[in-house]
Amino acid sequence: MTQTDFFTLLPAILLTLWACALLLVDVFTPGAHKGRTAFLAALGLAFTLGVTFLQPGEYTGFNGMVVRDGFANFLISLFLLTGLLGVAVAYGYLRRMGIERGEYYSLMLFSIVGMMLMAQATDLLVIFIALELLSIPLYVLAAFAYPNTASEEAGLKYFLLGAFSTGFVVYGIALTFGATGATSIAAIVAATAAGVANKALLLSGAALILVGLGFKTALVPFHMWTPDVYQGAPTSVTAFMAAGAKAAGFAALIRVFSSAFPALAADLTPILWALAALTMILGNLVAIAQSDIKRMLAYSSIAQAGYILMAFVAFGSDLARPVAISAALFYLVAYTVSSFGAWGVVISLEKEQGKDLQIADYAGLGKKFPWLAAAMTLFMLSFTGLPPTIGLIGKLYLFRAALQGGLYWLAIIGVVTSLISAFYYLRVVLTMYMKDGQPDVARETWLTATIVFSALATVIISLFPAPLFDWASRALLMVMK
Amino acid sequence: MIPVSYYLALSAILFTTGMFGVLIRRNALVVFMSIELMLNAANLSLVAFSRLYQTFHGQIFVFFIMAVAAAEVAVGLALIVTIFRSKQSIDLDQMNSLKG
Repeated sequence: MTQTDFFTLLPAILLTLWACALLLVDVFTPGAHKGRTAFLAALGLAFTLGVTFLQPGEYTGFNGMVVRDGFANFLISLFLLTGLLGVAVAYGYLRRMGIERGEYYSLMLFSIVGMMLMAQATDLLVIFIALELLSIPLYVLAAFAYPNTASEEAGLKYFLLGAFSTGFVVYGIALTFGATGATSIAAIVAATAAGVANKALLLSGAALILVGLGFKTALVPFHMWTPDVYQGAPTSVTAFMAAGAKAAGFAALIRVFSSAFPALAADLTPILWALAALTMILGNLVAIAQSDIKRMLAYSSIAQAGYILMAFVAFGSDLARPVAISAALFYLVAYTVSSFGAWGVVISLEKEQGKDLQIADYAGLGKKFPWLAAAMTLFMLSFTGLPPTIGLIGKLYLFRAALQGGLYWLAIIGVVTSLISAFYYLRVVLTMYMKDGQPDVARETWLTATIVFSALATVIISLFPAPLFDWASRALLMVMK
Repeated sequence: MIPVSYYLALSAILFTTGMFGVLIRRNALVVFMSIELMLNAANLSLVAFSRLYQTFHGQIFVFFIMAVAAAEVAVGLALIVTIFRSKQSIDLDQMNSLKG
């Protein structure tokens, strides 16, 4: 391993070592003090975040199998932030639900390493390993509340469908290898440009990889697992999974499709178009019928994935692609902060045995806990895309990218479904303010801190979006030669 | 020498069998076996292409897939055992406590 190799993977290496050390520390931590592991995990994440910031720059390592470019640096920072928020919402929740075990945080760190590698991978082999490194800890985390039947079922369903989707990714990679004789993105590009690649094989390979990543990012029609898993998993895991796993799936999707397969854009764009349209329409329509807040937010997360994909449909055009990538990155940040805030509110209301998870249980929140209700209102507005929230700015960038790509009909579908989504998001707000009830919330320092942080980020970035958007615009993919 | 296309055809058949197994069978263990069949179909393709191109890339990839699949088995079987303990069944049709 040369020095460049080391610097390329520095954040991942640090976090892996930290997670391994954390497993050891956990063994020697007495049962009553498992919370210490959470603080250590947060410390490790913060340290890695600091190192990533102090030591940015572009590196290519391991013979071009992994890179650290602007795109990867942006997403690594986002994943570390996701991890910090994930630890903060889990700390009190796990204790309250009686499932406080130290390995929770180690598993989370391993999963984050997988997400970071997803953003850095420039070889399909690394994409595959990163995908599994990200998923396997999440299968365990989803079933973390065992012997709670719902959580066990969520874990098993997530595992079976996740492994199923891995099968598609692997077979897709095998066909791509068959078409080009290589698994590195640079060699795939070279083979495609030289015209030696077998077009039919390459196209089937790309389509199968798309199916696999579609499962991970929960695109319709590969979304069936999402509501069940989001509902059954412990809510702190759901919050982490909704933000992190989705962003990682998009990281791989953007990297692979815009670097390796632009030559196939003419064939893939109609498929992506249909996926984006279906995801936006079905996600938003089915969300209306939900009475359980976790299921409602699950369908909402499906719909949000549709908007991100919408911008990326025109990935073949050199003009539209950079705009689409920066818009997608910006929206991933917007979605991460708003979604952690909303899940934080859900966590503070949730009681043992999965009680108080119906939307009806939010009645009276506006009178009894006005600040919490105001924060929830803000997050719902952000999901809908209304001012004064980061969601509005993010959606504007996405629509601009879609229009630049000439996707007028898709943009119209996006606007119409956004209007439809207002119905179920604002229903939560109406329930909180207009109906009477006696809700009870848990007061936990770190949970409150997460909600306050998310609320502030949601408003402040919407007022000053320029720095973040500039950073996202500079987060370019390294050109593969 | 057997042509590469034979291997690829077999691999496609295995993959399809695995895929339909996942979609049709209701026993969690059988579904899991079908998933392994899909992974092994990909392994067969990778090795066959590796011979076609005279490189080691595909063969090395297979080692990674086998190692990762073993890790996945460890987690998967643990999940199936846990759920069997609480439900006395691993029939996927009985996994119905999550509904909207």
